[in-house]
Amino acid sequence: MNPFLYRMAQTKIFWPLVALLVLLLLNFFLIPGFFSVEIKNGHLFGSLIDIMNRVIPLLIISIGMTLVIAKEGIDISVGSVLAISGALAAYIMESSTVWVALIAAVGVGIVCGMWNGVLVSIFEIQPMVATLILLTVGRGIAQLITGGQILTIDDELYKYIGSGFLMGLPFSIFIGGAIFLIMLYMKKRTAMGLFLESIGNNITASKFAGIQPRKIIFLVYTISGVCAAIAGIIVSANVSSADANNAGLWIELDAILAVVIGGTSMRGGRYFLGGTVVGALFIQTLSTTIYSVGINPQIVMVVKAFVVIIVCLVQSEQFRSIFMQFNKKKVSF
Amino acid sequence: MKREKFGIKENHIFIIATMALIVLLYGYGSIAFAGFFSTQVFLNLFIDNAYLIIVATGMAFVIITGGIDLSVGALVALISMVSASLLEAGLNGFVVMALSLLIGIAFGAFQGYFIYRFDLHPWIVTLAGMFLARGASFLISTDSIVITNETYSAISQAKVYLFGDHYISIGAVVAIIVVAIAIYIAKWTRFGRNVYAIGGNVKSAGLMGLPVKRTTILVYVFSGFCSALGGVVFTLYMLSGYGLHLLGMEMDAIAACVIGGILLTGGFGYLIGPTLGVMSMGIIQTIIMFQGTLSSWWTKIAVGFLLFVFILLQRLIVMKRRKRNVIRLKKVRNNVKVQSPSQSVSSEYK
Repeated sequence: MNPFLYRMAQTKIFWPLVALLVLLLLNFFLIPGFFSVEIKNGHLFGSLIDIMNRVIPLLIISIGMTLVIAKEGIDISVGSVLAISGALAAYIMESSTVWVALIAAVGVGIVCGMWNGVLVSIFEIQPMVATLILLTVGRGIAQLITGGQILTIDDELYKYIGSGFLMGLPFSIFIGGAIFLIMLYMKKRTAMGLFLESIGNNITASKFAGIQPRKIIFLVYTISGVCAAIAGIIVSANVSSADANNAGLWIELDAILAVVIGGTSMRGGRYFLGGTVVGALFIQTLSTTIYSVGINPQIVMVVKAFVVIIVCLVQSEQFRSIFMQFNKKKVSF
Repeated sequence: MKREKFGIKENHIFIIATMALIVLLYGYGSIAFAGFFSTQVFLNLFIDNAYLIIVATGMAFVIITGGIDLSVGALVALISMVSASLLEAGLNGFVVMALSLLIGIAFGAFQGYFIYRFDLHPWIVTLAGMFLARGASFLISTDSIVITNETYSAISQAKVYLFGDHYISIGAVVAIIVVAIAIYIAKWTRFGRNVYAIGGNVKSAGLMGLPVKRTTILVYVFSGFCSALGGVVFTLYMLSGYGLHLLGMEMDAIAACVIGGILLTGGFGYLIGPTLGVMSMGIIQTIIMFQGTLSSWWTKIAVGFLLFVFILLQRLIVMKRRKRNVIRLKKVRNNVKVQSPSQSVSSEYK
């Protein structure tokens, strides 16, 4: 095998990227005009732009989730936090300005994230269980805020966040990009990223090395909460309404899937933000493909199930070892 | 077991706390609302939650081994859908029930095999199972199918009379039998012992020569079976099949287990626990129903609060036990300091 290709295949981002490209290629043959991008009224239109626009809430949540999974945790409350933040923003906007609503929405995300952080870091409750509480309560709180109804949003500025255009591109893409860059900077250029990976790898060793895991863990859950809240703002702005029941339903599962596809192991340690972005794009492209080919949309779930299993099998050492033995006989490097 | 000073076994604290909670909630309901304190209201708890009791009991075994099964709610929906469509096609009611149970067993076996053979996270595998089951039920039909089969309607309307004219449904009877069998399995069979041993520590269980593979797979098979049985009971209760039935029910089942005192880290818990957990959730629901002005989402908030309290209780007891174990360990091996901050007692010996 070509040594360069071999080295590429060793990087974590290689396989998710291949999967995404294969899917895009499939689209190229199946759907005519999939790659065409037109300019209407100074905005870019096309399937690709549409995918990029729709993926943003999932992408933002997945980035937060990547950090949480990197420290061997999990945050299953993101869907509920998303619903709360959207509901609160819509509720506040009925009586106050859009800025107050935005601050409150992000604030509630911080509070929710801190709640999870306290439970996991101070009380040392298993992450899945700790976030289960907010998952259960969160939808109830969101419904309490909306009074069980779907609140509609009229504010133009708020709507701009979800469906406006900046330089021809949907505005939400810039939010997603900014969050990605901030997190990437944090990972590459600050101690925080290093500490996080070290805690995910071995929490006891990190403790002995002088890292305070509690602070990092607390911070990670708070970031995840904020990400979920921002996603909630974008989702509610996009559809100009806040639906406590259905907003972000099962997005936590999609986010976990995106992170795992992106090559970050559920067992913690090294994390790959780029991989997560590719994973989120993959999931959204898959859904869009299924919708545009005209297959029953419910099949998305079955397809996702198989994707989850295949991706996990590829990551599983047992499964790999079967293949490695198989490979060694044929290929010698 | 070592006895505490005041005569309550430490292991029983959860069960006692849950029972106290039930008495408290029921007492509050009886005082606050007229007609709450009646045998039928109490029996209705079993009738309305029979399927959840069955599913949560199956889930309890999985949680005791340290795993989790997220596919239960979707599997119940799938069973309701499959039975509805098969009955519509004119199959015999009992054949459909048998088929449903077989689907559950096969489903559980697949999940267990994947989890054991490839060492995958149970969370991920059962998540995939959940997607698969939901998707499959939508593939059958996206609409709700009403069941008109005679066998099913007859069973669903059958009443088993207890104490005069108070009754429970066949589903509730099934639930009680399942719980009784589960308690027997957990306490008096070799399989039950193995389940606890694996939950305590997989590695030492394996080193002791216990059949880890068989037990792991069987636990998921049992959970699948219970979900299917719960599905049959639920179908009898609703008399319809729908792919959106019981969204998020897996979380209710997990919550019931936690409130019932089953440790989510595995290795500990009594099989009566899930039933008690389901009952306390059911009582909250009934109180909110009786109250009338409170909306149904208060149930979620109340259940969430209960979850929080019970998880904290679990945590405190585990911490206490760990402290005691560490001291004991220090006495044995004086110069070796063992510390494991985020895991339960058992993992310290890994």
